Amino acid sequence: MAELGSTIATRSLPLSGAHGGSAAVRLEPAAPASRISLRVRAEDVSALSAALGVDLPVKPKTSAFANGRTALWLGPDEWLVIDEGESGLMTAAANSGALHSATDVSHRNTAILVSGKGAADAINAGCAQDLSLDVFPVGACSRTLFGKVEIVLLRTAEDAFRVEVWRSFSDYAFGLLSEGARDAAL
Amino acid sequence: MLLIHCPYCEEDRSELEFRWAGEAHVVRPENIAAISDEEFAEFFFLRNNEKGLTYERWRHIHGCGRFFNAARDTVSDRFLVTYKAGLPKQPVPVAEKFAAIAEEKSVETWEQTEGDAR
Ligand SMILES: [Zn+2]
Repeated sequence: MAELGSTIATRSLPLSGAHGGSAAVRLEPAAPASRISLRVRAEDVSALSAALGVDLPVKPKTSAFANGRTALWLGPDEWLVIDEGESGLMTAAANSGALHSATDVSHRNTAILVSGKGAADAINAGCAQDLSLDVFPVGACSRTLFGKVEIVLLRTAEDAFRVEVWRSFSDYAFGLLSEGARDAAL
Repeated sequence: MLLIHCPYCEEDRSELEFRWAGEAHVVRPENIAAISDEEFAEFFFLRNNEKGLTYERWRHIHGCGRFFNAARDTVSDRFLVTYKAGLPKQPVPVAEKFAAIAEEKSVETWEQTEGDAR
């Protein structure tokens, strides 16, 4: 009988070992994180906010951060909640006692951190949104398109973004960001 | 690039984020089992396909994901007004209407081409 070594089930992270960027832009894969895709009706938003420990934002294109969790507005009844520490997101949502739909998408998504003075330019290489600070300020977030793939974009600082992307599209996103980074440095 | 105003995101976004979703304000019959085949065909298959001002459903599929309604001029491709799903047909703002008519005159249509051929 064949020996089933422990190496068989090794999980390799999407984008592990990926590196890129330019003199103006730094690109790095984000650390693994827990994430839920959350749907909640307006009347139950406060119950879910309390259960998750972060206020689900109700204004378009905004996010909220508290207790290590970031809640990103995706639509009028839809949020992406990211927890970079210990998870418990699904349990917390389940304990809310309010009607909702939560799906664990921790492994569906991965994220790329884009920073540096050319960060916005690198993203604009494949995204048509206006990323100037008055229209897309720090904390702003949006589901949108980057080239041919859908992303969720979050501005974490004046010159830093988190690009959430489906893991199977992450090579494409990283590649296009690398090209954008090169152009941004010209 | 064509910009479309999403009534849920409350801002203009690139057309790439949107999908067309057919004619708007097509009402599903109250008791669909009771209607005749002709009435069903009218409801289910037949669309007006009007030239000029049309009311359509659109979906902000790569943004907020919502369906909404839009009045669009199919000749000039100009979006005249967009509004949330569930609202009744919204009037087209007068300024938009005039702009669309002016644009329509400058757009070469199939009929004009056909006229030249005769
Ligand atoms: Zn929208």
